[in-house]
Amino acid sequence: MITRKVRKWERLPGKNTFCCDGRVMMARQKGVFYLTMFLIMGTCSLFFAFECPYLAVHLSPAIPVFAVLLFLFVMAMLLRTSFSDPGVLPRALPEEAAFIEMEIEAANGNVPAGQRPPPRIRNVQINNQIVKLKYCYTCKIFRPPRASHCSICDNCVDRFDHHCPWVGNCVGKRNYRYFYLFTLSLSLLTIYIFAFDIVHVVMRSVDKGFLNTLQETPGTYPLSVLVCFFTLWSVVGLTGFHTYLISLNQTTNEDIKGSWSGKNRVQNPYSHKNIIKNCCEVLCGPAYPSVLDRRGLMPEESSSALTSFAPSSTSIPAPQTTKTTAPLIPNEHTPDDVKPSIAASAEKTSSHKAKSPPPKEEQPPLPTVPPLASPETDAETSISKDKMY
Amino acid sequence: MCMDLWFCPGPAGRCLLLGEGGASHQFSVVPPPPPPPHLQELRRSASLANKVFIQRDYSEGTACRFQTKFPSELESRIERTLFEDTVKTLNTFYTEAEKIGGQSYLEGCLACATAYLIFLCMETRYEKVLKKIAKYIQEQNEKIYAPRGLLITDPIERGMRVIEVSIYEDRGSSGSSSGSSSVSVSTAR
Repeated sequence: MITRKVRKWERLPGKNTFCCDGRVMMARQKGVFYLTMFLIMGTCSLFFAFECPYLAVHLSPAIPVFAVLLFLFVMAMLLRTSFSDPGVLPRALPEEAAFIEMEIEAANGNVPAGQRPPPRIRNVQINNQIVKLKYCYTCKIFRPPRASHCSICDNCVDRFDHHCPWVGNCVGKRNYRYFYLFTLSLSLLTIYIFAFDIVHVVMRSVDKGFLNTLQETPGTYPLSVLVCFFTLWSVVGLTGFHTYLISLNQTTNEDIKGSWSGKNRVQNPYSHKNIIKNCCEVLCGPAYPSVLDRRGLMPEESSSALTSFAPSSTSIPAPQTTKTTAPLIPNEHTPDDVKPSIAASAEKTSSHKAKSPPPKEEQPPLPTVPPLASPETDAETSISKDKMY
Repeated sequence: MCMDLWFCPGPAGRCLLLGEGGASHQFSVVPPPPPPPHLQELRRSASLANKVFIQRDYSEGTACRFQTKFPSELESRIERTLFEDTVKTLNTFYTEAEKIGGQSYLEGCLACATAYLIFLCMETRYEKVLKKIAKYIQEQNEKIYAPRGLLITDPIERGMRVIEVSIYEDRGSSGSSSGSSSVSVSTAR
């Protein structure tokens, strides 16, 4: 029997869109990304069409050649940042989630009825610094250090920096260096185009006078110069900010939350205390592989063709939709199914929060199950309360 | 075919007990050899009883390391030293893959100079080490773990978060440990 080969990306939870049969991975909202592409390509094409001929003849042909190379590099970095997996951590399979639940129960002991169970935090010591690992209710894992849950993409991302709408993707461990090179090369390209715009105007004005020049080349200047001017301030500023972060080996997320701001003697345990070493680690480190197997084949589809041994296997489309018997929190395959039992209290602090868990739908067989952990016991809210001191 | 193997530990290439070939993880292209006879015996007679998850060890930072603490569930199944050796070897593999030194700088600079297009045709060092790890795990499973009714899953199948050790009970045995634990782990697939 012929079954259509279903690849794993078609069954992945989270709010990503996939293209080219799983090779390309982006966020759902791509409008701003298209704007970025349009701005870059539009400005560069105006530059190549209107100014390069003059500059190539009157100054040097190397100018447009270098501009083309820089433009190609910028586009390559942009596409690489936008299309690659930022370092998404796959959600825990049911057995792993059950194992973690059992460990948590064992650690908490018996919680009397009516009392909230303690927040789900695991403390680890990294380089003589206590780092708290928070539990993600959506992904059912204790997030590794520096990982964070992106609410826009609904995934936990390793070394989460931020979600960038301009590139239409999260920026995380795997694509941070491409993002940085994109902002750096775009700054250089903008400065280059801006500088040569001015050179072009000056040279023509010297020949023919300023007003005549404006009359001859009306179309390019307002747009090109305006775009370059605003891009310059924003992109160069962003590049500078990320250079600062890289030299300290911090992420945007940590910087915004003030994780290593020095209060209470907390220091960044990941920093090598040496700018060069920090830069090398971030920019020249190994190319991490994607742990999200997007192009692998789904096992049921291929095994159903081979045997008919497990009749239940063909009726359930994906392993992630399995409902387990309690004491687990029911698996949230699609975010649309979630009806938070406590509204709005989960949105207290930053936007990168784990979802509040849905109300329990099944009765647990074991009477010693602690009540469903709610956002009040959520680790983030307790830590944010700590930070208020 | 083993009907009790609810949790085939990963894409077909990993599952020694079912012995399926076919498409596996994106970097691995070598199909596994057919399982040796004693694994086929195990397949006919074993049922999944429990799973143990070895967590990551973050004491030295975010680099990939697993805890070498010996879990109590495996005490009766395998010698402590064998298990610790496996985990330590895996840790050295991962350290080698993530080492920041001359070779990684060269790779990074060369890739940057070609706008990272070179990664379309060249395999990164990390991917090469991952292949070695996959081979090592398969070897360990065949030689050490399967004869003891255990199976190790490659961490990359679990997002590099845990090493999953599946414990199989002999169906013919009167062991009752498979009873209650299979309630909590059984799912409909």
